[in-house]
Amino acid sequence: MRHLLRRILFYLAAVWASVTMNFFIPRLAPGNPVQIILGNLEKTGIKPSPDMVQSLAASLGIDTTDPIWVQYMKYLGDLLHGNFGRSFTNYPTPVLDIIGQGIMWTIGLGTIAVVIGFVLGSLIGMIAAWKRGTIIDSTLSPALTFLYAIPPFWLALIVVYIFGFSLGWFPFVNGYDIYGPIDWSWRFISSVIDHGFLPALTLVLSSLAGWMLVMRNSMVGVLSDDYVLMANAKGLKQRRVLFTYAARNAILPNIANFALALGFVVSGQVVTEIVFSYPGIGDALFIGVQNHDYPLIQAAFLFIALGVLGANFLADMLYAVLDPRVRVERSA
Amino acid sequence: MQQSFPSQWPPSPEKTEGSIITSTPELSDQERRNEADSRAISRMLALPFHVRFWHSMQAVWHALTVNRKVASGTAIVGFFLVIALFGPFFLHGNPNLYTHDANLPPSGAHWLGTTSLGQDIFGQLILGTQVSVLWGFFSGILVTIFSLVIGLVGGYFGGIIDEILSFITNVFLILPGIPLMLVLASYVPPSALTVSLVVAFTSWAWGARVLRAQTLSLRSREFVTAARSNGESVWRAIFFEILPNQVSVVAANFVSTMIQVILAFATLQFLGLGDTSQASWGGMLYLANSQNALLAHQWWWFVPPGLCIAVLGAGLALINFGIDEVADPRLRSEPKIKVPKRKKVVAS
Repeated sequence: MRHLLRRILFYLAAVWASVTMNFFIPRLAPGNPVQIILGNLEKTGIKPSPDMVQSLAASLGIDTTDPIWVQYMKYLGDLLHGNFGRSFTNYPTPVLDIIGQGIMWTIGLGTIAVVIGFVLGSLIGMIAAWKRGTIIDSTLSPALTFLYAIPPFWLALIVVYIFGFSLGWFPFVNGYDIYGPIDWSWRFISSVIDHGFLPALTLVLSSLAGWMLVMRNSMVGVLSDDYVLMANAKGLKQRRVLFTYAARNAILPNIANFALALGFVVSGQVVTEIVFSYPGIGDALFIGVQNHDYPLIQAAFLFIALGVLGANFLADMLYAVLDPRVRVERSA
Repeated sequence: MQQSFPSQWPPSPEKTEGSIITSTPELSDQERRNEADSRAISRMLALPFHVRFWHSMQAVWHALTVNRKVASGTAIVGFFLVIALFGPFFLHGNPNLYTHDANLPPSGAHWLGTTSLGQDIFGQLILGTQVSVLWGFFSGILVTIFSLVIGLVGGYFGGIIDEILSFITNVFLILPGIPLMLVLASYVPPSALTVSLVVAFTSWAWGARVLRAQTLSLRSREFVTAARSNGESVWRAIFFEILPNQVSVVAANFVSTMIQVILAFATLQFLGLGDTSQASWGGMLYLANSQNALLAHQWWWFVPPGLCIAVLGAGLALINFGIDEVADPRLRSEPKIKVPKRKKVVAS
């Protein structure tokens, strides 16, 4: 129970920290965001009126002479009311609407990719450790080491080039058929699967090696433990020893490493969404960055951070359920 | 001698979380090793200089070749280092210049063809190696300094300082790096220096955590207590007594940081948030993508830079995995010793 409380407190504090960071980064940044936006507007030939300048400054929250802590309180109040301001690029759409459109795409793609990558990576790692010293291990490990080092954005480019351009098997822009209907018809759903295939493939490939390497190393350790020797000596079937004795214990570090891996996966996903113009939050963040759309950037980053923290919290809880030692040690 | 006393100064930490290595069980072992080390060192010092130099070179050579993974990783990284340092001297002309020979396929004059702006891709790749590797090293060093200061200070002082620093570290550990970098990079003017500062600001957490754990296990050792009671200042004890004992951890950590940093650096350049006028691996891919090199099937433009990142990253990863294997013999993939065949026991 105390462990649970500690973790909840930590995550609450982490949410507060990311919110606070989101507040301070624009205010500490060198240069004036208003000037940058005005410069961009002037390039496109629009003469900004004093009204515009003022409303811009107001939307960025830098027009006031309030002391910083009053601004901070106002900012927190706005967040609690779900008031994230309006996007500059699609003025006057509220930022929250843009995020709302993207969030399902991002969660859908991310969940599928993480689940497939995790299961596949753990299985491969398990087999590599089980067949250690054989040709399977000695070819798989270097190949996956190479895969591990490939930058996700380049992998996305190559996947687009091979499966999109050259072979023409799958579409590689947008998340669905933009000329078709958007409802729950089979045509829409199949176009979503079709469009999601290549981004998901990229994400699985780029995260596979991480899961696999952790699993292999922990499996190698577990396999030399006494209870595995005992299980073998009892004459249990290999399959039973592998899954019920060794893999069950070896998977724990993979779940414990979830925090680190998830940051990596989400980073990869943002880049993948950008390359595929997938309509998720990552792409929204990038559009915001390109256009200096600060309200959109802030909101997109906040939601990504909240999503990652939430997923980590779930992984933490799952870990406590799976490994009783965590509960016992920490609550003592 | 073999016993560790509970009344050490400073007192050992009451709370140890997760993967923190506790010092007590390995203390006696460590002491024995220390004693053996000091005897070996005094024997070494008796030898003349050139013999000592030769021995140390042999030791370095042995460390690099003892493990196949470390050896091949070092060869790859060394190759890129040589290109980064000396490659640009062998280039004819400036590959960043625009010429009229645009969109050429690979040929004798342009080994990897030219860009849509008439720049020589092979020359850009060489210059890009220099930019990427050297800035990678620079940001890697920055990251290491950040994690050193935060990890060592937190681990040594403990208490409320450690609580705060650990909290910050854990938050940065969880927050996804690339989105945070995108946010930061959108507020600063694009240049190689700002990109590497952004990368450094977001990637120090893992190293800080590892070093904190290591410091926790070192701070109650006798040599630290001795240094403190000799009147050395706290900072001297941290950075001149504890730090030299962690050089191997710092080095291993530096290697894995480099992978992260080079990837992050290239990603930001690829997204057009770096200095696009200067050739770099990520910047080349940015230009290739925005000039539709994929549509034109100009694989010689967008394949080589990514391949360079991947090969250099794999080289660094190999060094890292090799270090893991040297440290943990169970991970070595040596063939198992053949167990002599047992005679079949006939069940009665």
